[in-house]
Amino acid sequence: MKLIPLILAALAATTAQAADSIIVQSTTSTANSGLYEAILPAFKDTSGITVNVVAVGTGQAIRNAENCDGDVLLVHAKPSEEKFVASGGGLERTDLMYNDFVVVGPANDPAQVASSAKISEALTKIANAGALFTSRGDDSGTHKKERALWAAANLTPADASGTWYRETGSGMGATLNAAVGMGAYTLTDRATWISFQNKSDFKIVLEGDETLFNQYGVILVNPDKCPNVDATAGQAFIDWLLSDAGQSAIAGYKLDGQQLFFPNAPK
Amino acid sequence: MGDALHLAGQLVLSGDPDLWEIVLLSLRVSLIATLIACIIGLAIGSLLAVSRFRGRSAVLVVINALMGLPPVVVGLIVYLNLSRSGPLGFLGLLYTPTAMIIAQTILITPIIAALSRQILEDLNHEYAEQFRSFGLSRIGQMKALLWDGRFALLTVALAGFGRAVAEVGAVIIVGGNIDHLTRVMTTAIALETSKGDLPLALALGMILLTIALVVNGFVQSVRSTATRAAYA
Amino acid sequence: MRDFVDMPDARTRHEQGLTLSGISLSRNGTTLLNDITCALPPSGITAVMGPNGAGKSLLLRVAHGLIDADQGLVLWQGDAVTEEARKAQAMVFQKPVLLRRSVEANVDFALKVAGIRHPSLRDALLNRVGLKGRNKQPARLLSGGEQQRLALARALATNPKLLFLDEPTASLDPTSARMIEDILREERDAGTKIVLVTHDVPQARRLADDVLFLTSGQLHCHQDAASFFQTPDSPEAARFLAGHILN
Ligand SMILES: Nc1ncnc2c1ncn2[C@@H]1O[C@H](COP(=O)(O)OP(=O)(O)O)[C@@H](O)[C@H]1O
Ligand SMILES: [Mg+2]
Repeated sequence: MKLIPLILAALAATTAQAADSIIVQSTTSTANSGLYEAILPAFKDTSGITVNVVAVGTGQAIRNAENCDGDVLLVHAKPSEEKFVASGGGLERTDLMYNDFVVVGPANDPAQVASSAKISEALTKIANAGALFTSRGDDSGTHKKERALWAAANLTPADASGTWYRETGSGMGATLNAAVGMGAYTLTDRATWISFQNKSDFKIVLEGDETLFNQYGVILVNPDKCPNVDATAGQAFIDWLLSDAGQSAIAGYKLDGQQLFFPNAPK
Repeated sequence: MGDALHLAGQLVLSGDPDLWEIVLLSLRVSLIATLIACIIGLAIGSLLAVSRFRGRSAVLVVINALMGLPPVVVGLIVYLNLSRSGPLGFLGLLYTPTAMIIAQTILITPIIAALSRQILEDLNHEYAEQFRSFGLSRIGQMKALLWDGRFALLTVALAGFGRAVAEVGAVIIVGGNIDHLTRVMTTAIALETSKGDLPLALALGMILLTIALVVNGFVQSVRSTATRAAYA
Repeated sequence: MRDFVDMPDARTRHEQGLTLSGISLSRNGTTLLNDITCALPPSGITAVMGPNGAGKSLLLRVAHGLIDADQGLVLWQGDAVTEEARKAQAMVFQKPVLLRRSVEANVDFALKVAGIRHPSLRDALLNRVGLKGRNKQPARLLSGGEQQRLALARALATNPKLLFLDEPTASLDPTSARMIEDILREERDAGTKIVLVTHDVPQARRLADDVLFLTSGQLHCHQDAASFFQTPDSPEAARFLAGHILN
């Protein structure tokens, strides 16, 4: 068969990868915001390393990293990240940057959330009014955060799952689309919200509560556990992110004139 | 819709290199997957068409059922095998176009096998006695059926290609939707949708649809030429 | 050259021709062939005659080994008709089965299956059946008679020792029918054994050396052609020749 070598050649061509490249397991919120497109070219210029970003929920990103399917983990769910490091999945975890969560909802604000100062108050109003609320429901960093916020307000929305509390089981963007589609409130990271383009009449109804702080951390996947990890290139990427150059690249990324991420790596 | 149409036109006309990269990768991945699936699927389909053995109908039931394999399940199975912690992890294929080709091949091989089996069996019904009279071997019989059924089989390949190129669930898991590496039409559409950029997502969808139309039109014209010559 | 002196068996087997012994076949409780026994000479043209539905086509299929009879034995020159043995035979079906290919590709296919590589042979065959220059035409767009002639060319391609034909001239105009009859005579003279199903009495008179006569799966007589047409052995055959419809 003349076809076989042809196919093998085609396969080889599709397998060939840049010699120096790493895989970063990250979250949809960072990837959808456009941050990586903005900062990665600068890193590639200085290091020659290609960074390939896989954007999934934080939960799945950590599981993928546990399966050794990545060199670097860049997510936002500190307790899970620390557990990942403690179990030997990754080396040191370092704070990288933060943004914050906001509650968005329809302009007419049916549960009058906008008058709240605290997130716990806002969530109580939503629950009492039985106003629609879409949850990621996907074990992502945002989802973990949201569950923690409900718990802090002594509410168990899961009891109302399927009625006013709706778990999409999808990424941030899909959940925002769902919220807009059904006129529901939802919790989103600010970066995704700013870059989200299907806002319709939706607006931020609550922001500024310091418990809505959203910390991102970066971790090198443990090369002792995962021999396939390119520790040199992965560490180079982490070092660059934490350096002045990386930090100012993060700070410099703006959308619609608004800064999306605030670097806060330890000096 | 109007916005999307306008945008789709603009995207195509602007010759945006990122767009072309995505379109070409989509085509490359799905065409190679279709090619491999045809080699495997047509071999299975033609063998089943000319064979009678115990348990044959059970095999047919299984293959027909596999036609309905959910892409996400295929994606997961391929992921678990290609993952660094999986049995084939040492190949380092996860998050490469090859992984996507593997997933799509698994997804569409049963389609090609099942549909071609039906077509070739019908054809064999007509030819079988003549072939026996020739004293033709089973392999010779399979080859002749494949050749004489080639125009009908083109439609089968097209069905496989259509399913492969339009599929998102499997390739997003095993490819990772990595920009400039494994981003294809469907994963790009999923991404733009999740960004809420619905017009862009729709525009990409229209380009995908256009590709499907062109490919279908081509196959259609080949077939009707063949039909006029009574070859199909 | 085959040395018959060293192989006395081969010679006798050669002279055995086609023998059917006790062939019976039934489907769904209906007897379609009933205990047919006959010995056809190793050369010449045997005409198989009888009314529609008599079982002529079935008998041909059984003799060619396409259908296994429920009972009985078919021997060609002393051997059972195996897959391999069938390669030395050919059959032109009542309804020709042509491949979805060009005229010449249909002949090439038969040549290839027989392992014959002889490019000029194909054109000679097409010329012989009056399809000269029609090489590239799609076979299935030929007229009925042309398809029948192409099927004959394809059957002759492998130079068979035993040739079965099932009403090959039924849908042909007189000129084409004459052309086929001429070819069959040539083949017979070249030593090919021919078994020809026909219910065209004048044609049988012109071609047959011996005649098998069937009705309703029953073999009524096997006779020398000259005596069959003069004084048939069975009353059914006499009525058939006299033009009475039998069923
Ligand atoms: N596979 C079959 N199953 C049942 N009946 C059959 C089958 N093949 C042929 N027959 C019947 O056997 C009879 C003889 O058929 P055939 O040999 O084709 O007749 P003819 O002498 O006209 O060629 C017909 O009545 C036909 O209906
Ligand atoms: Mg008949």
